[in-house]
This record gives sequence, structure tokens and C-alpha cells, in this order.
Amino acid sequence: MTTTTPTGSILSVDQNPDAMVSIRRVHKSFGDNEVLRGIDLDVQQGEVLCLLGPSGSGKSTLLRCINTLETIDEGRIWVDGDLIGYRERAGRLRALNAKEMAAQRRHIGMVFQRFNLFANMTAVENVMEAPVHVAGSKRAQARAKALELLDRVGLSSHANHYPAQLSGGQQQRVAIARALAMEPRLMLFDEPTSALDPELVGEVLEVMRGLAQSGMTMIVVTHEIAFARDVGDSLVFMAEGRVVETGHPREVIDNPKTDRMRQFLAVRNAV
Amino acid sequence: MTMTDPAMAATPRAANDSLPERLPINAVPVRHWKQWIAAAILIVLLAATLLSLATNDNIHYPTIGEYLFNPSILKGLGVTFQLAIIAMLAGIVIGILVAVARMSTNRVLNAVAEGYIWLFRGVPLLVQLLLFGNFALLAPELGIAIPFTDTVLLGVDTNKVITPFMAAILALSLHEGAYMAEVVRGGILAVDKGQSEAATAVGMTRGLAMRRIVLPQALRVIIPPTGNQFITLLKATALVAVIAGHDLMSTAQNISAQNYRTIELLLVASVWYLAIVSILSFLQRMLERRLSRGVER
Ligand SMILES: Nc1ncnc2c1ncn2[C@@H]1O[C@H](COP(=O)(O)OP(=O)(O)O)[C@@H](O)[C@H]1O
Ligand SMILES: [Mg+2]
Repeated sequence: MTTTTPTGSILSVDQNPDAMVSIRRVHKSFGDNEVLRGIDLDVQQGEVLCLLGPSGSGKSTLLRCINTLETIDEGRIWVDGDLIGYRERAGRLRALNAKEMAAQRRHIGMVFQRFNLFANMTAVENVMEAPVHVAGSKRAQARAKALELLDRVGLSSHANHYPAQLSGGQQQRVAIARALAMEPRLMLFDEPTSALDPELVGEVLEVMRGLAQSGMTMIVVTHEIAFARDVGDSLVFMAEGRVVETGHPREVIDNPKTDRMRQFLAVRNAV
Repeated sequence: MTMTDPAMAATPRAANDSLPERLPINAVPVRHWKQWIAAAILIVLLAATLLSLATNDNIHYPTIGEYLFNPSILKGLGVTFQLAIIAMLAGIVIGILVAVARMSTNRVLNAVAEGYIWLFRGVPLLVQLLLFGNFALLAPELGIAIPFTDTVLLGVDTNKVITPFMAAILALSLHEGAYMAEVVRGGILAVDKGQSEAATAVGMTRGLAMRRIVLPQALRVIIPPTGNQFITLLKATALVAVIAGHDLMSTAQNISAQNYRTIELLLVASVWYLAIVSILSFLQRMLERRLSRGVER
């Protein structure tokens, strides 16, 4: 019904205009597999939202939909007031072309589980790549800023190292600096510490904690319950493509209301 | 020394006291007598073959020496080199374009790229050379024809544009391009998908991500088979002789048509092909060694 009604207002109905991220009734399928089954979420400016859920519940897919690495089948996503992936014209939605989508992604930083640093570039080159080749910054300027960012993640002495010469924790910190170089309004983290040796998890979480304190809006998919509890402003628990529980991290973790969440926490605590 | 745990007795630590500092291994090595026998047989066979070649009255060795540095032969060698290098460079450019087209989401580009590979990899090079060499039979004049009229703009005689050299370049480049497209595609596929995703996530378009991130990394995978392709191409230029391309092989055949020293001139050509291929193989090995060093940096 909503898809064919040609009025402008229906497209932005119940969008939270103050929110940094506003997600409404998002559905996404891969073939017959419906991975997201009607997601509604708001993330306020400066909020750190931790997204928990069992493997396969659609957490990564949701993040990837927010920065259009995947397209959604139904629903709307706004980031900082901009509708993601579409433009409204004459009361109808029109898909953005590849260039416009790329422009939208610039302001959404993403950190991957497997770091995905550009293997053919040093740490500092990784960080300055997008400012120079996407945003058109001057090399010298981009370099200075990249070194500053590397310093911020504690890696100024590793600026000229290639990814293969860095530990997982160091690579992930460079990846965070790389995302920050584009001055994102929103940072997405997809299990940033899951691929790390246990002793390297702390240094990455520390950088993320600093980022949260600086006021960055963050959506963090994580299995680090302690991090969610200490740093998170809100917690969302997903299962089978739906939001099952949401609330303040401490309350949700200490007093889960659903069996699904209780089970999830019990398994986590057991290991 | 009291031992209560029986497992402890077997540990090296327990035995250490009674052992000397160092334990040399003075074992008798395995004798590879089968290898020695095989080598002996091969040496006898090789010697017999060389002897029969050297004493063969049907090969006039001075002729080989006489023609090895013959100006015509050297000129033919130059043409062979030109053909190989130009066709290889064109093949690489075509290969990259076709590989990217083949992997693009644009279905038209996709189909065109696939059709190109199907056609130019499927038709034997010899046939392609003959087709381009005889292009004038298909279209005596080249130009831009206005449909449904007899008007032709910029019309020129086909034989003037498509000389044997040009025909050879066209056929070799298009053939090479089809093979290089597959080589390049293999290289691109070998790059982790996370690399292009990360590039996309920082706001790069597909094209930019390909140019800045994926292709530079694909290069390491692409270069070794490209060396092989070049060697294969260099030898394939010998086929140009069928359209009188003035290359090494054509020249050798022209000379032997006059002096009837067929075998000698074929051997002259072989010596040159072997020499070039040896040099190229050497260069390829050096390049590969350099590239593999890059991985560990
Ligand atoms: N590109 C894809 N193609 C097909 N199925 C996919 C794809 N990406 C994810 N899926 C499926 O979607 C479901 C949710 O995946 P994902 O979002 O990665 O879950 P999570 O991150 O919560 O573990 C899984 O069943 C997965 O197999
Ligand atoms: Mg995931």
C-alpha cells in the first residue's frame, strides 16, 4: 500500500527527524531466505548502540544495508536525515546511481571483522587513500591528517608498515583510522574483535571506547558483553531477523525479558 | 636420585646426565642407484643422437653458420620481435578491458566480453591470420558506408591498410587479448573480496576500487602467466609466414625456397627462437623472484 501511494509525506512518515539513524520496517531476503524481517531502530546523535545476537541473525546484513553494500527489499533507512539508496522526486522513490551511492557511503565509516586493510599499501597510505582519491584532498594535507589519526590509535610508529607486518590488533586500529579519515557521521563496526587473539582485543576496544567518549555515533555488532555493558548507551538483541529486545545495556543484560536473550547470555557466560 | 613417576624415566631430561654434549648423526645415506642407471641410459641415448646429427651428410653445417647472422634473417628477427611486443602490449590492454567488462554488472558488456573470448580463443590462430591476411577478399574497400546508398566516406583500398604486418598485428593482438582476458580475470578473482568491499565502504566507485586496490594486487598473480603468454606468442609469430609477414620464419622460408637448404634454415630459425625464449625465461624467473619477495615484506 505504501509503495504505490504517490504522496511525499508517506515516504517519510514516522521518520525520527532528530535521529542520526532511523530504520523503518526494513526487509531483506537472499533468495528464499528472509534475513531481515521488519527492522525498526533509531540511533541518536552520539549514541553507542551495541547489536547482539546469535550467528546468522542478520546483524552483518543490517550494517551492510545501512551503508548500501546490500540493497534492501522493503522499508526505509535514513542517515543524518538522508534517505539511503533512494531519492524522492515527484512523490516517487528513484534509485540512486552508483556514483550517488558511493557519495553517501563516504560519510558512513565501516570496520570489518577481518580488517580488510588495502594489502598493497602501508598503514599511512591506507588512511590517506580515500581522502586523496575520493574526497580530492591534497596529498601532503591528507598525509598529515593520516599521521595524526594513526597517532590517535597509538600507531604513529607503524605508519610505514604494510598490513602483513602488523598484528591483528594493529591492523584493526589502522582500519578504524582509515574509516575516520573520511570524517564519518556514523561508524559501523561488524564484530571488530572477533578475529583477534584474546590478548589483542583490549587495545581495539580501548580505541573504540575513546571514540565513543569523543561523541561519535556508533553501531557496534559485538560479542563482548562487558564492552556493551560499559560503553554502550543502548543494546539491541536480534534473533532470526527481528529485534527481540532493546533497552539500556545494563538492564537488558542483567534482566533479560525474553527466553531467547536469556539463552544467548547463558551460552556466552558458559564459555 | 629417586624416580617415583615411571613416565619421568623416559623424558630426555632424565637421560641427560649420561649423554655427551653433542650427538652427531653418522647414518649411511640412501643410495640413489636407480637414478644413476637412468642417467647413464639417457647420456648414451643423447650422445648417439648428437653423433648421428653431427655426422649426417644431409645437414650442411657451414650453411647454418653462414645464415645465422645474415642481414635478412636479422631483419626478420626484428620483425618477429616487433610483432610479439606490439601484440603483447595490445593483448594486455584488451585483456584488462575485456576482463573488467566480463566481471561488470552491465549485461551488455558482459555478453560482448564473453562473445569476444569465445570467438578469438576458439578460432585457431592460423585461421585468424589467413582471414585477416585475406581481408581484401571480404571487403575490397574500407570506409564508412551510408546504409542503403552507394556512398562510401573515406574509402581506401583494403590492401593498403591491412598489409601483411598489420594483418599479423590484428590477428595476434586479438588472439592474445582473449587469452590475457582470462589471465587477468583469474588475477582479479584471486584478490580477496574484502578488499573491494573496504574500498566501496570508504566511498570509492567500482572503477576506482578496481584501479587503485584490486588491479595492483591482481598484478602479482597476473605477471607469471603473462610471461608464459609472451613466450608462447613469440613462437606463434612463426605462423605469420603463411601470409608472408617478413618475420624470422617467413625470411627463413624465402631463403630456403631459393637455395633449397630447407633444414639448415629451419635450424637457423630454431636457434634464434631458442635464444630469445631462453633470455625471456631467464627474465621471467628474475621477475617472479622479485615478486615473491614482495609478499613477505
Ligand atoms: N551475500 C549473501 N548471499 C546469501 N545469503 C547471505 C548473504 N549474506 C548473508 N547471507 C545469509 O543471511 C543470514 C544472516 O547473515 P548475517 O547477516 O551475516 O548474520 P550475522 O552477522 O548475524 O551472523 C545468514 O543465513 C547468511 O547465510
Ligand atoms: Mg556477522
